[in-house]
Amino acid sequence: MSTDIGAPLKPRSWRVPMMASLILWCIAWEVVGRIGAVFILPPFSEVLARIPELVATPTWQRATLTTLWTFSVGMVFAVVIGITLGVLMGRSRIADRLLGVWVNLFVSAPLSALVPVLMILFGLGETTVIVTVFLFAVWIIVLDVRAGVLHVSPSLVEMARSYGASRTQLYGKVIFWAALPEILAGLRVGLIRGVKGVVVGQLLVAIIGYGELFELYSRSFDMPRFWALTILLFGAALALSALIGILEKQFGYYAGVRS
Amino acid sequence: MQALETVATRERPGAGETDAVVAVRGITKYYGSTEALRGVDLDFPRGKLTTLLGPSGCGKTTLLKIIAGLVPKDAGQVMVNGRVVNSPGPERAFVFQDFALMPWADVLRNVAFGLELRGTSRREREDIARHYIAEVGLAGFERKFPHQLSGGMKQRVGLARALAVDAEVLLLDEPFSAVDEQNRRKFQEDLLRLVETERKTFIFVTHSIEEAVYISDRIVLLSPRPGRVSQIIDPRISREAGPEAIRRDPAYLDTVEEIWQGLKRYVD
Repeated sequence: MSTDIGAPLKPRSWRVPMMASLILWCIAWEVVGRIGAVFILPPFSEVLARIPELVATPTWQRATLTTLWTFSVGMVFAVVIGITLGVLMGRSRIADRLLGVWVNLFVSAPLSALVPVLMILFGLGETTVIVTVFLFAVWIIVLDVRAGVLHVSPSLVEMARSYGASRTQLYGKVIFWAALPEILAGLRVGLIRGVKGVVVGQLLVAIIGYGELFELYSRSFDMPRFWALTILLFGAALALSALIGILEKQFGYYAGVRS
Repeated sequence: MQALETVATRERPGAGETDAVVAVRGITKYYGSTEALRGVDLDFPRGKLTTLLGPSGCGKTTLLKIIAGLVPKDAGQVMVNGRVVNSPGPERAFVFQDFALMPWADVLRNVAFGLELRGTSRREREDIARHYIAEVGLAGFERKFPHQLSGGMKQRVGLARALAVDAEVLLLDEPFSAVDEQNRRKFQEDLLRLVETERKTFIFVTHSIEEAVYISDRIVLLSPRPGRVSQIIDPRISREAGPEAIRRDPAYLDTVEEIWQGLKRYVD
């Protein structure tokens, strides 16, 4: 740092790398945990030590399978229905008028409040969680896909028509690809919301998957395991988002240059 | 010396005409309550380059898109080789003002796209595409993507795509308007050569008088609001002398002047 003494200080030079800030917070956690100031916070190292232990338990493995299953089913529905509705709204003004209000309402509504109603409708089981995942994820996918389809250049559509594209070819070879950057952005946000949905759903139903585990650990004050599970979930959500991010970059080369 | 021949405005369509590939009769088009085109009758002779010329708002692009089958008309008929058409067809290919290239596809796939839509095998359509990519002077750029090309090169891709489907009629909608001046001149010269070698019918829309006179066998002047045929001019300019000579040819300059006199009253 001694070489920088003569240089004027720019705010940019103070930017802390993301990993460094993460490490700093982990150290803070460790310190607070060791002092024992907050009783629900065990030292970070202890939490980390529990992760492999937790992963090895059959309870966790079963809960993970349930969680992955409900998450995937909900997401498949959200993606298929989300893209279909989004394309429909982007291409048809009538559909847009009919559905627009509802989609915009649901995308910003506090959906957690609906889960108790879902429990009455679908029972205390996987179906409720699947529906919760679907409801959390679908609306933002619809909106992003719609925006993407609306952005498709009209002359690309005319081009396809003038060279004799069938309806399937028009959608499959032109509109889908032209809207792909927005579709992927919608999927990324949708996936993150879906993770939220699966956790919220399971917590509220409280007898399946991670909801059951969280309930168990917090009730028996098994804080290290509680936090270990939380960290695993956070990690999984981040990894999913990063995965779509990589996919987005693959197609990103033209997102900036198309006009 | 009579360098040009002006045909009377309401000349009977088809009367004593040479073979017309495309003919339009009584084309009328409304946008809401605005009348964009009123009763347009025109013949487009085979193997020639006909230009639709006029100030903005005269409906020249609308007329071209109606011929292409991309825009529905409110009245009238479009005939290609004597058959009435209402939608796009393989005998017509369109070149777009904004190029309309697929940014996710390379030059080769863009040029071959018309054939891809028809289900031509990959090998065959890529061979054909390569031929036309070379024809428009883009050999070596097959694997480049549109954003790696200049405006002029992009339009060459658009032209190659139209040539690759081997349509009889090429419809060009202000193809050079988004291309810089130097490239435009080069492009116009290349287009003249293509009209010679490809033996296709070109229908060309432009708002540039010089461009129209330079490249056209026939110029259709459209008047605005509503768009109607106001004059048909066949510039008799010898193209053998080369581009520089044409631009200094008195016949060329006289034609430009005559068209300008005809259009001046529509410019505010």
